[in-house]
Amino acid sequence: MTATTTLARPVSAAAAPAARSRRRGHVLPTLVLMLGALYCLVPVAWVVIASTKSNSELFTTFTFAPGTGLVENVRDLLAYGGGQYGQWVLNSLLFAGFGAFACTLISTMAGFALAKYSFPGRQLVFYAILGGVLLPGITLAIPQYLLMSEIGLAGSYWSVLLPSLISPFAIYLARVFAGSSVPSDTIEAARIDGANDARIFTAIALPMMIPGMVTIFLLQFVSIWNNFLLPFIMLSDERMYPLTVGLYTLLSKGSGTPSLYSLAIIGAAVAIIPLVVMMLVLQRYWRVDLLSGGIKG
Amino acid sequence: MSTVTEQTPRRRRRWVAPYGFLLPAGLLYLAFLAIPIGYAVYLSFRGLRVSGGGPFGVQEETWVGFQNYVATFTDPEFLAGFGRLAIYGIIAVPVTLGLALTFALLLDLPRVAGARFARTAIFIPYAVPGVIASLLWGFLYLPSTSPLNYLLRRLGLDPVAVVEGGMLFPSVANIAIWTGVGFNMIILYTSLRGIPGEVYEAARLDGANEWHIAYRIKIPLVGPALVLTGLFALIGTLQVYGEPTTLRPMTNSISQTWVPLMKIYRDAFVRDDLSLAAASSVVLALGTLVVSVVLLRLTQRRSLGVS
Repeated sequence: MTATTTLARPVSAAAAPAARSRRRGHVLPTLVLMLGALYCLVPVAWVVIASTKSNSELFTTFTFAPGTGLVENVRDLLAYGGGQYGQWVLNSLLFAGFGAFACTLISTMAGFALAKYSFPGRQLVFYAILGGVLLPGITLAIPQYLLMSEIGLAGSYWSVLLPSLISPFAIYLARVFAGSSVPSDTIEAARIDGANDARIFTAIALPMMIPGMVTIFLLQFVSIWNNFLLPFIMLSDERMYPLTVGLYTLLSKGSGTPSLYSLAIIGAAVAIIPLVVMMLVLQRYWRVDLLSGGIKG
Repeated sequence: MSTVTEQTPRRRRRWVAPYGFLLPAGLLYLAFLAIPIGYAVYLSFRGLRVSGGGPFGVQEETWVGFQNYVATFTDPEFLAGFGRLAIYGIIAVPVTLGLALTFALLLDLPRVAGARFARTAIFIPYAVPGVIASLLWGFLYLPSTSPLNYLLRRLGLDPVAVVEGGMLFPSVANIAIWTGVGFNMIILYTSLRGIPGEVYEAARLDGANEWHIAYRIKIPLVGPALVLTGLFALIGTLQVYGEPTTLRPMTNSISQTWVPLMKIYRDAFVRDDLSLAAASSVVLALGTLVVSVVLLRLTQRRSLGVS
């Protein structure tokens, strides 16, 4: 909230007469954008403030007034279920980190093959991927569970990790990016020099595709980190839950025991902060133009 | 797409290479997309039949034809779920896209103060998982913790309940809008940045103002990006699950079968009717596919770069 006012200040300070006529046209756009920013930041500000409140303060003091229970809340959170919360964070990191990393490699290889080789069945593979883009994972979660339980994997880490390794959208993006960033002439030159396909991929294509790979990694990281239904269905052991499912169970237990509400709130605050920070730090490595550039066809 | 032509003598190995690169993705695709779909279709035609009669009859799993599909399509709760989804989607999708486009156009105006800050701030909710977003908004809605109600009470007015009655749908949709606006805004904004500046210069020389440029040039040119964001918003709508499930403990207005996926989850895991859940999953998946294809056809643009 304070950031809004500090950043809005230069507008009023820049009241040089020369700029006045140009500036007048900009008051409304800035105002609308600031309202948008306010709308997006208020819930985040709320959870940070609410996590400082003790249980009694939560329901009695003004929503945006800070409380006195921060230390106690953190202690309760860390102590809950014998350190379960820390386990949830580690699980989320494992699922999202390893899952996104492997998915990025697998998708990059597939996208490179689709963009740079012509081979029988290429069109078929591409349509299969497109069909997969239009039909994303969540509807599949229940059939995936049924199959996993048939082969005895339901309830294991693998049951959440393996399905998140395949993302048709990531393959689609990798194909777009390979097409635009790896020149065919370079590949041909390397081939004439005697490089084989594996070497061409690792030594030439891969380094050129890194900006695209970072984007795919981040998109996949966020989507696995945010996933709820798949781990909710697959896992039954509370210690294997990722943050989303863990916090959900805290909240649903909380409707019976309101003391768990402040745990859910500080748990949510602690869960958001690292991801927001990661977002801000990695923002400039994002190549979202890849998304909008690719869809121009 | 340019393709490497075959010139060197090592043809055979080259012919194998693309399949090698596709192998891991292909295996995973089979294992976690194709086979589960096939299995769900198979299950959807099976069901438990009691043979022998009476309360002590033996349950047997047999082929039941389209019985599960008939049950799905005649189930008032499942259909009501789609009805609720439609109301939710009619609010969430246009508002998300409208706000995203508005913010993207404003960010693209020359020299707008605070644009960088606003862009980052509006993008932040994308990093917040749907379940956590529902938790945050749930508390902002909850009468005992809502800031709105605090003010109303201070003013001596009656508190309002926002996850009940007519406010229920906008309140649930608001969560999706909050998490979705930033990502869509960034896609539209980058697509706007890709338009060459000369296009605007010509229009400005002809006396067009910023509003005309936005309406006549920018919006038509980001059309393909709008179609894509619209498509993902629509697919996202059909998959709604976590948000209403998280809000459920906070209100009496959200039933166990409020949206189709919640009903499918209950059939599969609470009632143990896997066949019915499989049939409903197939219906939902086919529905998603049909809606996507129809949207792409209607807009008649090669939005996904199909060659």
